[in-house]
Amino acid sequence: MTQALGWWGVPLAIAAGTLRGSIPFLFVSLGECLTEKSGKINLGLEGVLLTGAMSAYAVSYLTQEQLGSFFAPWCGVLVAALAGMALGIIQGWLCQQPRVNDVAVGIAMIIFGSGIAFFFGKPFIQPVAPRLIAFEWGNWSNLPQVQAALKVSPLFLLGALLAPLMQWFFTATRWGLLIRAVGDSPQAARAMGISVFKVRMLSIMAGSALAGIGGASLSLYYPGSWNELISSGQGLMAVALVIFAHWNPIQCFYASLLFGGSQSLGPALQSVGIDSYYYLFNAAPYILTLLIMILTCSPKTTIPGTPGALGKDNTP
Amino acid sequence: MTFAKSLESVLIPLGAILFALVLFGLFCAFAGANPVEVYHSIYRAAFGQWSSWQNTLIRASPLMLSALCTALPARLGLVVIGNEGALVLGGLGAIIAGLSLGESLPPWGVQTAMALLGMVFGGVWIALVGFLRHYRGVNETISSLLMNYIAIALLNHLVEGPMRDPSSLNKPSTFPLAVLNRLPDLPGTRIHYGLIYGLVACILAYILIQRTPFGFAARTTGGNIRAAQMAGLPVGRLILIICFLAGSCAGLAGMVEVAAVHGRANQSLNVGYGYGGILVAFVARHNPLAAALVSVLLGGILASGGILQRVHDLPDATVLVFQGLVFLVVLFSESLYQKEGV
Repeated sequence: MTQALGWWGVPLAIAAGTLRGSIPFLFVSLGECLTEKSGKINLGLEGVLLTGAMSAYAVSYLTQEQLGSFFAPWCGVLVAALAGMALGIIQGWLCQQPRVNDVAVGIAMIIFGSGIAFFFGKPFIQPVAPRLIAFEWGNWSNLPQVQAALKVSPLFLLGALLAPLMQWFFTATRWGLLIRAVGDSPQAARAMGISVFKVRMLSIMAGSALAGIGGASLSLYYPGSWNELISSGQGLMAVALVIFAHWNPIQCFYASLLFGGSQSLGPALQSVGIDSYYYLFNAAPYILTLLIMILTCSPKTTIPGTPGALGKDNTP
Repeated sequence: MTFAKSLESVLIPLGAILFALVLFGLFCAFAGANPVEVYHSIYRAAFGQWSSWQNTLIRASPLMLSALCTALPARLGLVVIGNEGALVLGGLGAIIAGLSLGESLPPWGVQTAMALLGMVFGGVWIALVGFLRHYRGVNETISSLLMNYIAIALLNHLVEGPMRDPSSLNKPSTFPLAVLNRLPDLPGTRIHYGLIYGLVACILAYILIQRTPFGFAARTTGGNIRAAQMAGLPVGRLILIICFLAGSCAGLAGMVEVAAVHGRANQSLNVGYGYGGILVAFVARHNPLAAALVSVLLGGILASGGILQRVHDLPDATVLVFQGLVFLVVLFSESLYQKEGV
């Protein structure tokens, strides 16, 4: 079939790959955006992503008898969010202790989270769990590439809805304003009688829950299985993605599409027979992230949109 | 340093490790294993007898070198975690030197060339991180992490493509190093010379940071970069040199793994010594001498992974959970110090 389409298969494969591959980026970057708006960096989302992927898969497998193969994966998504939130509590509490560096806590949480995921996930590598069912809007065509390009996961739609919702939340609600105030100037927020600790804790917990859902999309939708290599660093790239998106949820959505698309470059080219640089093309998202950071960062000025207190030490 | 302060700097890390052990015991109990037996197995597998000591020290040497990749830039206030990438590239540099020289030089000459090229590859890799940080304002933590993935992709590309030994079917690898050129073991042991490299590197790093004007300038920059710039310190050059040295240590770790352990470059280069090194550096509070000690401890824990799996039926990720717990508890212990340490 690929031969019949020839080179036209490449853009279609990239489109399909973008829809599939952008979902984890979307959720993790929205989660990271929410967290960073409150003035803290959460590098540990990579660990959350893995724990989310594992717990979603495990729950979907274990509950398929009771809930059926449609609801079981959704139960998995819910548990993944809760698992993410649990890791978020550790991150949120620890990174707000005096003299504790949030980046270092993030690295520790990557190790801890992946340890938890691999520890409890070991028995679930073999079994097959029911996966999330996608909307197949391409069934009118008899070309499998077109069908694949129009297959949309409900999680993608959820994420696409969440992005403008979060933007509205930041700009138009009292809670959004509180988070931004804490992120820009914790001293001022404290003077207003806001509990900086609570706001940051809740932002980190909610952000981690979103990252957990991103993990669920990895194991329950695409690639759609659980193993120790399921994440390819989406949790880390999200941090760079948020910088690229200038801490704007809607731009996070566009950036996720870009990153998801770049991820599908290698497989798309492989499908038309270009596979001698397969591994290098697979590094495209990382190279892209790095290039974007080199182009957008500057040693003199801060990027517009940067929360004022981001990366600053905890004030005791 | 006053007495109270030195006491604090010994008691707090020790207490943190003990507390992490307790948490780990609870975790094991939760997973259905007897914690006391697990502790005993770890001790036996890591430090119980001479042969387990040897296993431990074999794992400690790449950890010492990898830890310096985080510990040195930390003195400048940079959080560099590109250990894995620099290690992989160092391994690649070493195998390139080793394979292209073949037997045209005596073994010590080939080994020196392997070490040098490995160090240059790793050093340039991390110096790039420092360069981007200083001249482009790119966050060094994120860029070094991304570069880990790029380095691993490069390794995969080379061992699956241009540098692949066609006879390596299950695990794509480069051609093997001539047996003659492999790094020998210390006389009478199974421990390779990498341990000496690691110890010497840690001691040199300690002297450089604590006892030289260069190290003083680096520590000043780490304390307050504005003040250092005002005082006319060449901050950019300091960053580049320290990052190069840091990367070359991790690169040397890659060389040791290739030249002494695997004899060729393949996926086994990225088995976690990079992340282990980050953990060591933070637990040692970025002190190179302490890092050598902590590496032995972590080497022992890594050496016990197999036993935990065989005897207690715990998955191999148990070791990872333990590392994570130690890391988290040690970070929390930072908040217990009376005044800013180091």
